[in-house]
Amino acid sequence: MQKIIKSIIVFLFIFVLLVFYNSLDRETNYSTDYLVGNKLEKINLKSFDDDKIYTSEDFKKSRYTLINFWASWCAPCRIEHPYLMQLSKEKNLKILGVNFKDKKINASKFLNELGNPYYYMTKDTTGKQSVNFGIYGIPESILINNETIVLKKFVGPLNEQNFNDIKEIINSL
Amino acid sequence: MRFKILLIIFFLSLNINLYSNELVEESKIHKNLRCLVCQGQSIADSNSDFALTLKMVVKDLIDQGKTEAEIYSFLSDKYGDWILYKPKINQGNLLLWGLPYLALIIGGVIIVFLIRKSSKKA
Amino acid sequence: MLSNTGNFLLFINIFLSFLIIYNSFKCLKIKNNLIFKNIYQISLLQSTLILICFFTLTSAFIVSDFSLITVYQNSHSLKPLFYKISGTWGNHEGSLLLWVIILTIFSFLFLIYNKNHPKNYRLHTLIIQNLLILGFLLFIIFNSNPFSSINPIPKEGLGLNPILQDPALAIHPPLLYIGFVGSSIYFSAAMASMISNYSGSLFAQSIKSWVLISWIFQTLGILVGSIWAYYELGWGGFWFWDPVENASLLPWFAMTALLHSLLVLEKRNTLYFWTIILCLMTFTLSVTGTFLVRSGILNSVHTFANDPSRGIYILVFLSLMIFASIYFLFSKYKPTNDLINSNSKETFVLINNWFMMFYLITVLLGTLYPIFTDAISDNKISVGPPFYNSVIIPVVIAFLFFMAIGPQAKWIKNKFSNLRSILLILSGAIIINFAIVYFLKSYSLISNLILISSLFLIMSSIFDFFKQSKLSFPRIVSHLSFGFLILFIGLNHNFSVEKDFNLKLGEAKKIDDYEFALLDLKLSQENNYKAVVGKLEVNNSNTMKRRVLYPEIRIYDNPQTLTYEASIQTNFLGDHYLTMSNIDRSEYYNIKFQHKPLMIWIWISVLLLSFGGFLSLFKNAKNN
Repeated sequence: MQKIIKSIIVFLFIFVLLVFYNSLDRETNYSTDYLVGNKLEKINLKSFDDDKIYTSEDFKKSRYTLINFWASWCAPCRIEHPYLMQLSKEKNLKILGVNFKDKKINASKFLNELGNPYYYMTKDTTGKQSVNFGIYGIPESILINNETIVLKKFVGPLNEQNFNDIKEIINSL
Repeated sequence: MRFKILLIIFFLSLNINLYSNELVEESKIHKNLRCLVCQGQSIADSNSDFALTLKMVVKDLIDQGKTEAEIYSFLSDKYGDWILYKPKINQGNLLLWGLPYLALIIGGVIIVFLIRKSSKKA
Repeated sequence: MLSNTGNFLLFINIFLSFLIIYNSFKCLKIKNNLIFKNIYQISLLQSTLILICFFTLTSAFIVSDFSLITVYQNSHSLKPLFYKISGTWGNHEGSLLLWVIILTIFSFLFLIYNKNHPKNYRLHTLIIQNLLILGFLLFIIFNSNPFSSINPIPKEGLGLNPILQDPALAIHPPLLYIGFVGSSIYFSAAMASMISNYSGSLFAQSIKSWVLISWIFQTLGILVGSIWAYYELGWGGFWFWDPVENASLLPWFAMTALLHSLLVLEKRNTLYFWTIILCLMTFTLSVTGTFLVRSGILNSVHTFANDPSRGIYILVFLSLMIFASIYFLFSKYKPTNDLINSNSKETFVLINNWFMMFYLITVLLGTLYPIFTDAISDNKISVGPPFYNSVIIPVVIAFLFFMAIGPQAKWIKNKFSNLRSILLILSGAIIINFAIVYFLKSYSLISNLILISSLFLIMSSIFDFFKQSKLSFPRIVSHLSFGFLILFIGLNHNFSVEKDFNLKLGEAKKIDDYEFALLDLKLSQENNYKAVVGKLEVNNSNTMKRRVLYPEIRIYDNPQTLTYEASIQTNFLGDHYLTMSNIDRSEYYNIKFQHKPLMIWIWISVLLLSFGGFLSLFKNAKNN
């Protein structure tokens, strides 16, 4: 009996120490990657220009949609913009821009200056809609298919690697 | 007799506010939500962009008549359990919620056992 | 130059530690009960040199010698002198040096103040303590050397994080380190006690003062840390159940349990192995806490700059400590006849230990659980204040009742003749609680129970004061102040008023009984920062009181940081607390106003709590 208790204690400590060791080089920053595979529901986005409302129905037409949250005041958005411009030329992909907590004048100026990659233009002036998408900082992008299932999430500005990943996914098959 | 009076006073002093707890408290919810862009703060303690947005969303949800639990499950669907400071009581968190009380019970048993053993010997 | 001096001193210290261990083993072989004179001398030299080593680093900070990486990364030539000095231990490398100082000085003091205990026990303590010192010295030299130099020498330092430039935070680490690094000495003593078979009440006597000292400083360290968090973080809270805070609380629970079980060991010569376990546990938890904080595997408000390689070193050290402890415990353990009578003081000491272990397990579990779920199932969860509050608070109620009744019991055996007085006190507590609830509006069931139980503890402690002899004065002070602490926290928590709103310059707003107006915004240029100072008028229509508060938003230059300084008006009834922060891309300011009743009494209670420990230390010193 005593032996069993003793070995349980020893194993418990070994286990704890191993977990500690294992956690040492883990990423402590949080990501919402687990959203991948989920279906986005209750999409309800206001058009940037008029009163039109975009819902999930609108995204069934295109095989892939990249939802991109951006703002004119967001510096990293400028960095990722060239990639978006290139992606806008892809056939299988349509880009949905969500203008996040921004002023219309500034946003239009931003697009005039750097080009407009967006097929759909929507806005989220209060930021409340972004909560539905699990967004916590911008820029963030979500790649969905025509069933509004999340294929990939990108937190922070898109980079070369992300760009290639997106291209690979949309051009497969 | 005196004991009974004591009991009555005791329960009187406890029951005063049992009914008003049904109100959904906004600040209590804020304190239970982690500000994801901050370092270990709740959204009640932060006024980052994210925290401000989340406060608005919480207010909307309360106005829609959602209960506290519904608000938590809505947000943890979107952001994961990481956003809740009070972990859900579910299978994965069974040890977290159960072990402290289990330890409390075992400790009590050990003490009673020690006392019994001693009183037999004495 | 300073770099070479420092490194040289570190190496000398390593050499001295080896020398002490070598001489101690030599001395152990000789039959008589005398310790070599040279061991004392080397020990004294070791303490002196490590202090000089520390002053070398301090002087590097004072003269802003940026040839040292640590100084370059954590200081700035324009920083006020006081913060240059406190910068010495405000970083990872320097604070480790402080660790070693405490390890070394405690080792020396333990050696010279325990002359009436057997040689074997003292020498083994010295050997183990020096092994710990060696471990940390090697860590410093190979991984975290504060004397590492940098080439080319930078012209200017990077500066110290402004929220760390604060008097409370300057003294917080030394206090806390004396507390939990000080616990190393009874870790070593406990190991030595097992190795040299020196057990029982004499062993208890030899470590009692050290446990008290570390407990007092740990308490004060936690207090200062909370006060800092209260006014500096700007959220109006003082305890956030943050992992780093928990790391300082865990050894405190173990120390408190130890403090009580030592009494039983001293007076009744039972619970020896349990006391040993607590001794080992305290320092092990301290090192675990250090590991968690320094390795960066926790997500916390109080982030140190992290580096996984540090983590590995501390983890190896921790594993060695744990397995050595387990090895000796298992090989030396024999079942003992611990005679415990119900209703005796031993029982209540055990009950104290029982609750302390519950708190310890809860806090430990809450702190580690997210790490475990993440490692095992990739599921990230948060464990925060609502968890701890809902698990711990109900149990505190029972704890307070036991804490009040316990001291009334006698050693060995006691009959409950005083049941009547207990009932009387209880009814008094209930009536007072009823009055509080009646006059100050209502609150929840659990708060009622907290107030009743804390009042019960306070009142029975006061009765005790008149009934019992002067000898139990230290204990009464500590128990009384703990009752007050919980009472004030309970009242503070229940009657706090919090208003959160947005205002722009010149605007006024009325919320419930309060009216707020942002009258003015002024820019001011200070020595090492710029500040926007708001002038806010707060009118309370209930009390007809008008007050003006001046919260600040500060922009520090090096390193560039934005901080929000709360404006706090304190009096004996409560604090008025106001923070102002800018909202991005808006002319509005977010205002957070809080009225925190009886705030200052929470601090005073903790101060009194540690004062009780002080009195006990004093009493203990007089007896021996």
